[in-house]
Amino acid sequence: MDKALVSVTGVDKPGIIAKIATALFEMNINVLEISQTILDHYFTMLMIVDLSAADIAFDGIAARLAQAGEDIGVAVSIQRTAIFDAMHRV
Amino acid sequence: MIEAYEILQTMQMIHQQHFDIRTVTMGINLLDCRRSDDRQTAQAALDKIRRRAERLVSVGDALESELGVPIVNKRISVTPVGLLCSDDPACIAWALDRAAQEVGVNFIGGYGALVHKGATPAELRLLESMPEVFAGTQRLCGSVNVASTRAGINMDAVRIMGRVVKRTAELTAQNEGFGCAKLVVFANAVEDNPFMAGAFHGVGEADCVINVGVSGPGVVQRALEEAHGQPFDVLAETIKRTAFKITRVGQLVAQEAARRLGVPFGIVDLSLAPTPARGDSVAYILSEMGLETTGAPGTTAALALLNDMVKKGGVMASSHVGGLSGAFIPVSEDIGMIEAVQAGRLSLEKLEAMTCVCSVGLDMIAIPGDTSANTIAGIIADEAAIGMVNNKTTAVRVIPAPGKKAGDTVNFGGLFGFAPVMPVHTANNDAFIERGGTIPAPLHSLRN
Repeated sequence: MDKALVSVTGVDKPGIIAKIATALFEMNINVLEISQTILDHYFTMLMIVDLSAADIAFDGIAARLAQAGEDIGVAVSIQRTAIFDAMHRV
Repeated sequence: MIEAYEILQTMQMIHQQHFDIRTVTMGINLLDCRRSDDRQTAQAALDKIRRRAERLVSVGDALESELGVPIVNKRISVTPVGLLCSDDPACIAWALDRAAQEVGVNFIGGYGALVHKGATPAELRLLESMPEVFAGTQRLCGSVNVASTRAGINMDAVRIMGRVVKRTAELTAQNEGFGCAKLVVFANAVEDNPFMAGAFHGVGEADCVINVGVSGPGVVQRALEEAHGQPFDVLAETIKRTAFKITRVGQLVAQEAARRLGVPFGIVDLSLAPTPARGDSVAYILSEMGLETTGAPGTTAALALLNDMVKKGGVMASSHVGGLSGAFIPVSEDIGMIEAVQAGRLSLEKLEAMTCVCSVGLDMIAIPGDTSANTIAGIIADEAAIGMVNNKTTAVRVIPAPGKKAGDTVNFGGLFGFAPVMPVHTANNDAFIERGGTIPAPLHSLRN
């Protein structure tokens, strides 16, 4: 498995999850886990996804997600989970 | 499974506390580039660096994007040029500077020599060439090792380096003596240091390796806020845990960069390297421990604790910790140090005491432009003595800023920051420096 964390933050509005999930689906990226809260009217979502079957390379995925976020007015970033495993797991 | 609070902690470290991979440094051995003529050596070195480091910057950028952690600098260190050159070392300097520009790294280190026990004629020519080289190149850095615990202090080299530092400042007067920021004088220099200006690829190193330098003074400061009012044992444990976490990321980046570039992973160097940004300061860590400013009584003890706990956290996190690993105290690059100097609460003499327990030495300190070459040599000799006797690396990177006097400010820009010009003890030491010869190695050099 080639896991990455997608983080989405911005002002809450309808359609954010749909927009990001659609973009992921179109790149053949499977969503493994979602944690989503509204912190003081601020939409915050963390998704663990699996890139192993993705159609395009990491750069392309990041650009596509950033664009999807921009379309709906939220900030989206993606990073490999290796950094969290390294820092928090022995 | 990674918990949400752990993800948020990592993101806060990166986005709010200035945690970064300070440098991915590729060490390249140039011993096989040595030819009978320095021009041919320069060409061979240029060719090898182009070949080896071609993908260094793109791999670094890709890792930054994929892991979401800034990789601030990509750099190269090479075999000390004193081991390669004969009669025209400067032509190798131009080639190295050009190679750095071509492959897109921001610095290349290694224009220097290891002369702690003596210098060859070629090495002496290299030392003489340094002022013009550092005035005429953009990305080249160099260091000279003038002392070691095993060999003692080469006082001839110390005297020469006093002049080289002074002359380098004069030739870069239009940039406030900035040439000196690219020149370090060491005792007990390490062969795998990834940080500039003192990085070089030691003679015992492999053909090509990846060394990674990690930083994060802001992360440590933030962690210590949680330990407010707690005893030193809690403080020590907090620093160690934090150092562990950030070194693990360094290890990850180093292994991944090495894998993608197809070269061996060398070491991770966890050094708390401040930048002039507020919240990225080693001095503020000392303040967080309870000192009003750096320089207050207790500063040396606080720094000793910090330096040691950083190392202990680091060695638990990576089986190959090396380089300098500890805390840097460069004055111009640390807003807390700058404030302490400006307030008259931190002197050169106190900084010298701090270098007994930090990971390097007197670093990025602006001194009056009329400081004599022998006074600078005396400062170098004192630092070298501390390194030699205490079996540690020490270094001097001072900038005798032309035309400036104590209390003025020099501005180097960017990561190099700005520095208040510090007063220097001016009592005459000419007869001491002019003696020449070597200070013999201390008794504890005889360890076999």
